[in-house]
Amino acid sequence: MGGSNVTPELAAEMGLSAEEFERARDILGRIPTLTELGVFSAMWSEHCSYKSSKIWLKTLPTTGPRVICGPGENAGVVDIGDGDAVVFKIESHNHPSFIEPYQGAATGVGGILRDVFTMGARPVAILNSLRFGSPDDPKTRHLVSGVVAGIGGYGNCVGVPTVGGECQFHPAYNGNILVNAMCVGLARADRIFYSAAAGPGNLVIYVGAKTGRDGIHGATMASAEFSEDAAEKRPTVQVGDPFTEKLLIEACLELMATDAIVAIQDMGAAGLTSSSVEMADKGGLGIELDLDRVPVREAGMSPYEIMLSESQERMLMVLAPGSEEQARRVFEKWELDFAVIGRVTDTGQLILRMHGEVAADIPVGPLVTQAPLYERPWLRRQPGPDIDPATLPDRDPLDCLKRLVASPDLASKRWIWEQYDHLVQGNTVKRPGGDAAVIRISENGKALALKTDCTPRYCRADPVRGGMQAVAESWRNLTAVGALPLAVTDNMNFGNPEKPEIMGEFAGAIEGMREACRALDYPVVSGNVSLYNETSGSAILPTPVIGGVGLIADAAKAVDLALKQEGDALYLVGETKGHLGASLYLREIEGREDGLPPPVDLAAERKNGDFVRAMIANNHNLVAACHDISDGGLLVAVAEMAMAGGHGIALDGISVQELLNTWLFGEDQGRYLIETRAPLAVEASAAAAGVPIKRIGKVGCSELTLSGATIAEGQTRQTPGMSGGPELTLPGAGAISVAELKAANEAWLPAYMAQG
Amino acid sequence: MSLAPRPPTSADAKAPMKAAVIIFPGSNREHDVCMALQRASGREPARIWHREASLPDCDLIVLPGGFAYGDYLRCGAMAAHSPIMREVKTRAERGTPVLGICNGFQVLTEAGMLPGALLPNRTLTFICRDVHLKVENNQTVFTSGYAAGQTIRVPTAHHDGNYTADSDMLDRLEGEGRVAFRYCSASGEFADEDNVNGSTRAIAGIFNESRTVLGLMPHPENATDPLLGGTDGQGFFAGLVAALQ
Repeated sequence: MGGSNVTPELAAEMGLSAEEFERARDILGRIPTLTELGVFSAMWSEHCSYKSSKIWLKTLPTTGPRVICGPGENAGVVDIGDGDAVVFKIESHNHPSFIEPYQGAATGVGGILRDVFTMGARPVAILNSLRFGSPDDPKTRHLVSGVVAGIGGYGNCVGVPTVGGECQFHPAYNGNILVNAMCVGLARADRIFYSAAAGPGNLVIYVGAKTGRDGIHGATMASAEFSEDAAEKRPTVQVGDPFTEKLLIEACLELMATDAIVAIQDMGAAGLTSSSVEMADKGGLGIELDLDRVPVREAGMSPYEIMLSESQERMLMVLAPGSEEQARRVFEKWELDFAVIGRVTDTGQLILRMHGEVAADIPVGPLVTQAPLYERPWLRRQPGPDIDPATLPDRDPLDCLKRLVASPDLASKRWIWEQYDHLVQGNTVKRPGGDAAVIRISENGKALALKTDCTPRYCRADPVRGGMQAVAESWRNLTAVGALPLAVTDNMNFGNPEKPEIMGEFAGAIEGMREACRALDYPVVSGNVSLYNETSGSAILPTPVIGGVGLIADAAKAVDLALKQEGDALYLVGETKGHLGASLYLREIEGREDGLPPPVDLAAERKNGDFVRAMIANNHNLVAACHDISDGGLLVAVAEMAMAGGHGIALDGISVQELLNTWLFGEDQGRYLIETRAPLAVEASAAAAGVPIKRIGKVGCSELTLSGATIAEGQTRQTPGMSGGPELTLPGAGAISVAELKAANEAWLPAYMAQG
Repeated sequence: MSLAPRPPTSADAKAPMKAAVIIFPGSNREHDVCMALQRASGREPARIWHREASLPDCDLIVLPGGFAYGDYLRCGAMAAHSPIMREVKTRAERGTPVLGICNGFQVLTEAGMLPGALLPNRTLTFICRDVHLKVENNQTVFTSGYAAGQTIRVPTAHHDGNYTADSDMLDRLEGEGRVAFRYCSASGEFADEDNVNGSTRAIAGIFNESRTVLGLMPHPENATDPLLGGTDGQGFFAGLVAALQ
């Protein structure tokens, strides 16, 4: 190997601390070569090693009767009966997407697809969770445009429907947007593929696209804060080729139908380095690679560049003896590169050879087990005082409603999801825009419900409550379409973990998530951590995104939020106290972001949700529409149901005493709205279940006259029945045309994107 | 996870329609159209890999949606030169109906089997949305399941569906009844805002001279199941089966 001129300074440039470099030297018993240093640096980066987060992640519940495979593999696997399994994971591509939005977002989708089909599953749905900076920030429009086009450009081409997601704006994301992509796949429960190498002597195969110089050290880039020169990191962003990915999906699934594959791992972050190390480590074996045989796109690539490249659409496999020709035929049919680049050994060493020389010789066990693990100091910020709603000015609720539905976070995201093919594969039962997307599994009638959720303003105000709420809202969104929530994948997006207050946010969010996952039997089966989301010292809001997956026994029984039938009754399920702290009302109407998030009563959450799900599953079609109440509170949720269905709604069950903006816009948790044509049956069931329920209105036009209540500010509202079309009527406060609300709700994003 | 073929019953007096669906590298809506064909005809279509040089005996050839060859160069440009396309042209010349949906339409124009071209949508974005179509000519094997002038609602999902041709060709297409579908409003009116991609004269689909080749951008195959949000595409496949079995 010859003498190495690697220095601690070079190691520091690659993100290794002095102690970490020392540890690498101890493991090897000598100074690492440049290639070895690259391997250590990538494997011990925050992105690959989870060194700051691991001790906390371990405290999350990860098992359950349906869990086939929890965190640690490429994706989580959950049993859904009939021999089927759902395979899913969420992953961030935040840093690359800020630098180069189209390719950053596109390769984020590509990477998460590979995590899922690597396990033997056909990808059936993609979701995302996006956070952008303030709409007023000059970069935001360009980033929204590029990210959305990138997600669509990749997902549309590979033919996997993008069925759901969320998109919010806040100045805290000005320098660090969040692009989290989730993929869901279906497999047979007894045909799951894992990454542990086995069988010394077995061939190690490289398939897919060629290796180029793109994305070298991307994992290290994703493990550091941005400074002002973020754009100069553009060469560390990879370039995606969804066409090759589509071929790779088909080729891998074709070969997976045989018994040729012993182990398989995609080349994601840290490329060939992490894939080969993980395969060897999980199998307790060694791997020898001949880097001269790696298909390359450019001449003269060094071992360091080949090992650290993050070129996309590549896979590493260990083949069963005698399967080489069979595998080669499949990949040649799909016109993909196929190369035998090494073999499994029983030495426990990762040995890399090139040009007749050994470029690296690292003991795999210590490389993985002695990876740094930090119990970083953390500081729990005391949550501030809650607000006193009595101090808020009186405002016309319908004016507030119209402003809220047109605010960036609540405005319709149609402009985004119409750029995604959400129908390909022909199984989309409930399209984007509702509480959760619903995908039919098969013609025998089952379906999956899918959703991503997080309320970062709650997490900033109180990380514990925020973490709990994110899980609860995910569970509620799946329940609202009639699904039994099964398990989650989490994407922990936070700032610099070396700052105690950031680590405190992380620890707090985990604590809240843990409690909620336990109480709701909703284990975490996969996930991803993205730290260092800071630019020039300013951190994002803590954003633990929850990707939830639920099961519906009969796809035909899934419900959505659109009001269906004039004359039906609208019920409010759950208790309303009128919690306005940290609410959207407070932010959008009062311009304040203080106060505490709403408490989450997990027992009530569960009881209310179980009741709603039972009502939806009931054989007498008791529930015509259902919607969870979250951002914006009750009145926004009612308006969303009216806008989706194009029906009016008269809220004649709301008393004058309740005609307070705390009650109408408070974000109390554990609540749903259900539309029913059988009020007596619903009321009787609620009473039997001990669930608080209240009839608040009737679908259709109002027969009300204005009751005696007066409105504080200038009475500008129309009299009910004046607009000619469907109206949302609030006795004592007048009425607003549903078409007018819808126009405001639909207009904001297209108008914003059309500027500039 | 696919449907088992419906076994022929004594009610099936005629032989079920035989369809061949061409699979290019990058096709991605073959499953959707196969499901729709199978549900309508009771027979599973043959899936033909693009590198084949010959086709089985069949009553209908389908070029499905997707991104053949990644739509690199131009949409459909490389697929138009796939080995199987020579045989598709030969069969088409002998009168076997050929249906190109979305990317399949793009391949048919690139292969010279249909006139005109499909430019990027005028929004320059991909658009996935339900649209309304007016059935402009129902006197063909593809459209006999609809009434003339009927308005149907089906999804679109494409980036390059903006149909264009020179004005002489457009006049010819109109004069010869070769405009199959046009984008319209729910009530069947023509307004610019209903022209989803900006196609010239709101054209969503066209026939060849003998009306045995149809290319259309929207996806009737994604509107054949009430559970999935619409059934207006059923008439398309029912009409094909009635005409071809």
